[in-house]
Amino acid sequence: MKKPVGYNLLVMPENYSLYYTMLLIRRFEERVLAEFSSGRLTGTTHTYIGQEADAAGIFSAIDPGDVVFSNHRCHGHFLAYGGDPYRLAAELMGKATGLVNGRGGSQHIHWRTFYSNGIQGGITPIAAGMALAEKSKQTGQITLAFLGDGTLGEGVLYESLNLASLWSLPILFIVEDNRYAQTTPVEKAVAGSIAKRFSAFGMATLERDSSDVLDIHAAASEAVMRVRRDGRPAGLILHTYRFSAHSKGDDTRSPEELERIRIFDPLAIHARRLSVTEIDRAEGEIFAIIQDAFLRAEADPYPKMKDDR
Amino acid sequence: MSTVLESLNAALHHAMQTDERVYLLGEDILDPYGGAFKVTRGLSTAFPARVLTTPISEAAITGVATGMALRGLLPVVEIMFGDFITLIADQVVNHATKFRWMYNDQVRVPIVIRTPMGGRRGYGPTHSQSLEKMFLGVPGLKVIAPSTLGDPGALLMAAIADEDPVLFVEHKLLYPRPLLEAGKGELVDFEIQNFGGPFSGYKLQVTGYAPKLTIATYGYNFELARAAARELIMEHEVFAELVVFSQLSPFAINPLLESLASTNHLLTVEEGGLTLGWGSEILARVTECSTDLPLGGAWRSDCYARRIAALDLPIANSKPLEDAILPSVEDIVQAALELVES
Repeated sequence: MKKPVGYNLLVMPENYSLYYTMLLIRRFEERVLAEFSSGRLTGTTHTYIGQEADAAGIFSAIDPGDVVFSNHRCHGHFLAYGGDPYRLAAELMGKATGLVNGRGGSQHIHWRTFYSNGIQGGITPIAAGMALAEKSKQTGQITLAFLGDGTLGEGVLYESLNLASLWSLPILFIVEDNRYAQTTPVEKAVAGSIAKRFSAFGMATLERDSSDVLDIHAAASEAVMRVRRDGRPAGLILHTYRFSAHSKGDDTRSPEELERIRIFDPLAIHARRLSVTEIDRAEGEIFAIIQDAFLRAEADPYPKMKDDR
Repeated sequence: MSTVLESLNAALHHAMQTDERVYLLGEDILDPYGGAFKVTRGLSTAFPARVLTTPISEAAITGVATGMALRGLLPVVEIMFGDFITLIADQVVNHATKFRWMYNDQVRVPIVIRTPMGGRRGYGPTHSQSLEKMFLGVPGLKVIAPSTLGDPGALLMAAIADEDPVLFVEHKLLYPRPLLEAGKGELVDFEIQNFGGPFSGYKLQVTGYAPKLTIATYGYNFELARAAARELIMEHEVFAELVVFSQLSPFAINPLLESLASTNHLLTVEEGGLTLGWGSEILARVTECSTDLPLGGAWRSDCYARRIAALDLPIANSKPLEDAILPSVEDIVQAALELVES
């Protein structure tokens, strides 16, 4: 399998590679929703459909050793990080071969330097602490913390921004503003400016309203470069669109609105830069990968309780 | 003779001296102030790069420590007053104690959260509570409480060495108290037995006299229970065995069952509120264990139990009200007499 993303900071990743990452996420998430519909997956999930340019653009701008703390909507981040779709599928199914033995499920995964948890805002001081640890160990690695527009309502976020700036921690706070916190539109939940929340704490802040992966990659590269170079926190605010429901069946938006935002489909925007042959090749490879991942995971055993814990 | 405060302070010095991964985080912990109760005094002078004074952000401090621990450091957090642990509940319950199990044992979160609890200093409703009961039973969390027995500093060192999150509860009134020495002074009449691992608890009884009841307690309340035990001997010729826990959660019930096998009467003493408290769990365990443990039936039909704890009220500022709300030596003596005479 071709590695989904390139990590070289100085060279713009190939258009094909970015497309491949986004398509992998799209097809994985579509499969997840289909598995829920057919009853083969239970529990809950939060898909990344519509936001793929964020993950592809950001993860192509970081170093493999950088530390990532993601949130409830973590599948796209994990796949763009280079995570194995099979291990993720197995985790969603609660199988022993899952990333964390079926203990965590959709929102609670860990692999290498990638971590996620399902509590809004609570992960932000933890990510700051990770940045402090990397700084004190002088590893040169930065930490990324993923927030949504809904996270802006949590008080502990502002404690974390304050500490990160006070202590000059190498951390990038990324807000993916998909304009809805579950069903609540951002206009009913967020007062004032999102960017000024970060600049008020004295950090460099970049903002993009785009679904073009090349725009996102450029902004992410600059933000990552600044954090690494200056040893200071920064904010990256990405306004995006979520095409699917917050979770599964909880979309209260009108069909007209959902249709209207389709013009921001990051895959369609970026596909114009690829040949038909390339697009077909990506579809074919990814279909095989997803099919293999879900079929193998489904055949895997469930975990057993251990005696000691 | 060193005090509990000196023992804890020396342990922090030793831990920071011997392991560069140890960090301290807390509010107002820098010298010359050295922390609200002076437990961290001298540390910022000796280790300026690793003692981090923080804004008033209890949740973030705890989260930062958790992140540091996930990435290989050994942070010790001071929460200035135990009352403020409500502010760290999400960090402890949904983050620090979750990661190891949730990530299938692939990570460790070796953090220590130290905090002074307890009343009797007239600090009023939000600076006098013993809130540890809210954290007892949280999976993945150890709750440890030192007393004047043994070495509180060694307990703290064991907490720092532990690879899981530890809530380390220090009663404010313990700080100036001298450490007790076996066979001397306060303990001259007592025979002492250790139980448990690195967070050792203690059983005490007067040599040569069969105890008629067991008093289970922890932390500062051992001071009250010891005074009550002395009064019970002097005034009423009733002998009690004291079982003093250091590890409150999770905990082993067997040391207590062994004592009850001979005394058959149990009194628990704590400073937290009575309802659904520490003593409630102790009594529940003792009751459950009676039928299936090979202890000769710790719990017989003629066995009786009582709990001494704070009234289920906020803790008043005014001294007479505070005294009425918190357990006293007299409360313990009276309950013990009622138990053994019933």
